[in-house]
Amino acid sequence: MDTFLGIDYPTWWFLVVGGLFSGYAILDGFDFGAGAWHLFFKKELDRRVALNAVGPVWDGNEVWLVIGGGALFAGFPLMYATFFSSLYIPFMLFLVFIIFRAIAIEFRGKEHMKWWKTLWDTCYSISSIMLAFLLGVVLGNVLQGIQIGEDYLYQGDGLLEFLNPYAIMTGLTTLSLFMAHGAIYLLLKTEGKMFEQLTKLLKKGMIFFMVCFGITTLYTLIYIPHLSDDFKSNPSLFVVPLMVFLSIANLPRLASKKRYKLAFFFSSLTIALSLVLVAIELYPNLLMSSIDDKYHIDIYNAASSTKSMQIMLTIVAIGTPLVLGYTLFVYRTFRGKVTLDETSY
Amino acid sequence: MDTEILARIQFAFTIAFHYIYPPLSIGLGLLLVIFESLYVKTKRPEYHILAKFWTKIFALTFGIGVVTGIVMEFEFGTNWAVYSRYVGDVFGSALAAEGIFAFALESGFLGVLLFGWNRVKPWVHLVATIGVFFGSMFSAVWIVVANSWQQTPAGYHIVGEGLHARAEITDFWAMVFNPSSVDRLTHVWLGAFLAGAFLVLSVHAYYLIRRRYVDISRKAFRIALVVATVFSLGQLFTGHNSAEGVAHNQPAKLAALEGHFEASAPADMYIFGWVDKEAQKVSGLKVPGGLSFLLDYDFKTPVKGLNAFPEDERPTQVNAVFQFYHIMVAIGMTLIALTLYACFLWWKGKLFRRRWLLWVFVFAVFLPQIANQVGWFAAEMGRQPWVVYGLLRTSDAFSQSVTDNQILFSLILFLLVYTLLFILFLYLLNKKIKHGPYDESETDDRPLTKEISQAITG
Repeated sequence: MDTFLGIDYPTWWFLVVGGLFSGYAILDGFDFGAGAWHLFFKKELDRRVALNAVGPVWDGNEVWLVIGGGALFAGFPLMYATFFSSLYIPFMLFLVFIIFRAIAIEFRGKEHMKWWKTLWDTCYSISSIMLAFLLGVVLGNVLQGIQIGEDYLYQGDGLLEFLNPYAIMTGLTTLSLFMAHGAIYLLLKTEGKMFEQLTKLLKKGMIFFMVCFGITTLYTLIYIPHLSDDFKSNPSLFVVPLMVFLSIANLPRLASKKRYKLAFFFSSLTIALSLVLVAIELYPNLLMSSIDDKYHIDIYNAASSTKSMQIMLTIVAIGTPLVLGYTLFVYRTFRGKVTLDETSY
Repeated sequence: MDTEILARIQFAFTIAFHYIYPPLSIGLGLLLVIFESLYVKTKRPEYHILAKFWTKIFALTFGIGVVTGIVMEFEFGTNWAVYSRYVGDVFGSALAAEGIFAFALESGFLGVLLFGWNRVKPWVHLVATIGVFFGSMFSAVWIVVANSWQQTPAGYHIVGEGLHARAEITDFWAMVFNPSSVDRLTHVWLGAFLAGAFLVLSVHAYYLIRRRYVDISRKAFRIALVVATVFSLGQLFTGHNSAEGVAHNQPAKLAALEGHFEASAPADMYIFGWVDKEAQKVSGLKVPGGLSFLLDYDFKTPVKGLNAFPEDERPTQVNAVFQFYHIMVAIGMTLIALTLYACFLWWKGKLFRRRWLLWVFVFAVFLPQIANQVGWFAAEMGRQPWVVYGLLRTSDAFSQSVTDNQILFSLILFLLVYTLLFILFLYLLNKKIKHGPYDESETDDRPLTKEISQAITG
């Protein structure tokens, strides 16, 4: 197999896709998280501030999903085909909620009746919660393996199978992590009473997350032991889960010191490291079959041709510095606390 | 109903809905760049007001475009798994380029475009606007390249057999510049510019009829009229090039476009007509030998008709393809006539004195939209029964493991959500138009900036 810098092309592309999904989870993670807290704010002005904290960036954050999905399609077409068609219902629900969320953001400020705002606030918050939860549910199904059979075709009933206890647990864990992450983001963007309220909410969020994370970890170790095989065979990899724990443990410490910028860095790091953990558990598989090992989809049987991968890696190498450049420019332009003006939501 | 039909209905419905918005974003993007450049150059406040006003409407179309676009991408995997597996290797690089060069560019700068008016200098803001506009132009490039590859595959080879067969890329640039991509891309771009320009014309014509914002509307109307005239005429050329390409690369589609059945005979060109597929006859108004003449400058040149192709390699919906194509052409001609007439009146100094003409422009906003839709319907239905021309049949391309119940579920969901989304779009568009370009006359409940910032910091 052809390699570049000693690493084969499918592995390179696995890293690219992983990087994009981590970027997506960090970015849309904070705006889903912020949305999940929305109904905890009672005052109209607070809700507007919360909405405008994500206002200039939520659209851009969602584009990371488009790019990540495109990268998966491009590099691992077989994975894309089986993954999306097997988890049909959760993906369709995800799409519907992502549209509802966009509708709610655009709609709420356009009329001033109280019921109108309450309606769209509720819609916004529930969609945010469901989106975070569904992402976790999909992840849980990937970790557990799904019923893939002959020709890499899905064999299950495809209706409510995706909603199994493990997937519900990973869903809640994802939601709780995003909520902690979102609360920290809002702390960076608010002042005064709202800021005080958020410090309390963040505490709740962190407790919620730690409970979920603990249960999911135990569940994984006991019921899905094959996921830890890579760690048993290569003990040096234990450094990754250790780093996840340290990164999580660091959050309450930084929160109590009110160092929220650093806390935001660490909540982002926690998301990234958790996904690294997932990547190590899976690699080189992408989607495991619960029917038979020979139907596992891995980065080699799903990969595009070397030629295709080479072209795409060239494009990524040229494009990434550009993307990072203007992303930084945008976040710099809107740094600091929210100020509302006539262009706000 | 069977899974294939349901999957096709769902795709057609979601893509048609999606395609209302990106052309508007691209077209309005062009107008925004013009308005804002004029502002940066002349420093006249009316251009600033126009740019800000149209940015709000742009934001609306862009937002809906993004969310309905995510649906399209997911649907490749959910509903068209075999297709995804088949084309992934070839489309991969186009999609990677689209994501990195186009989507990231437009969405990155979008925040600055929408919310950055008071935060960056005017020229920096203009750079952001241009960034968003270029981003949207690029995103059209890559998606049209991918679709053109489905019409005229190039730069690939087939590896494997049966369910495991797939196209693999051999030559990136041959794939990008496949025989139809340039003609189709320019046709799509110009169609988008027209969609944007006619929306601007419509709204400002309405203001002029109501005698509101008269000065600013006259300026905007004239600028948009120039854009509309230039690109209406331009569509003649790109359209003609596309048709020649179809004749060369997809003769079965060309035959369906004009309802030409005879295997080898001079072909007529219809102004309008109705195709009876059973009788293999078209009744309507025609230019005898017109198609032959357009392709070869000779009324007698034989053109391959539908009967020259095996039964299972012809488009099945000949009349639909015929009608969609002819509606598009008719609208194209109407737009040329309309814009040229308006330019003539402008030259005579009577542009804004014809109220009926302003009314025509108010409603003309639907024409480019309809033309864009039916043009795509003709292109896609004319390609049938193939999803990738000559290589992969639509009936082989859908997801084998997805059931009709699942698709029915999602189709109903989309029908409901998109209906809501469309009502929302019309409501917000109407509200923004009624509100008008000036912020001073704001009537909604938004508190003034100062009060809010005091409330927050205070």
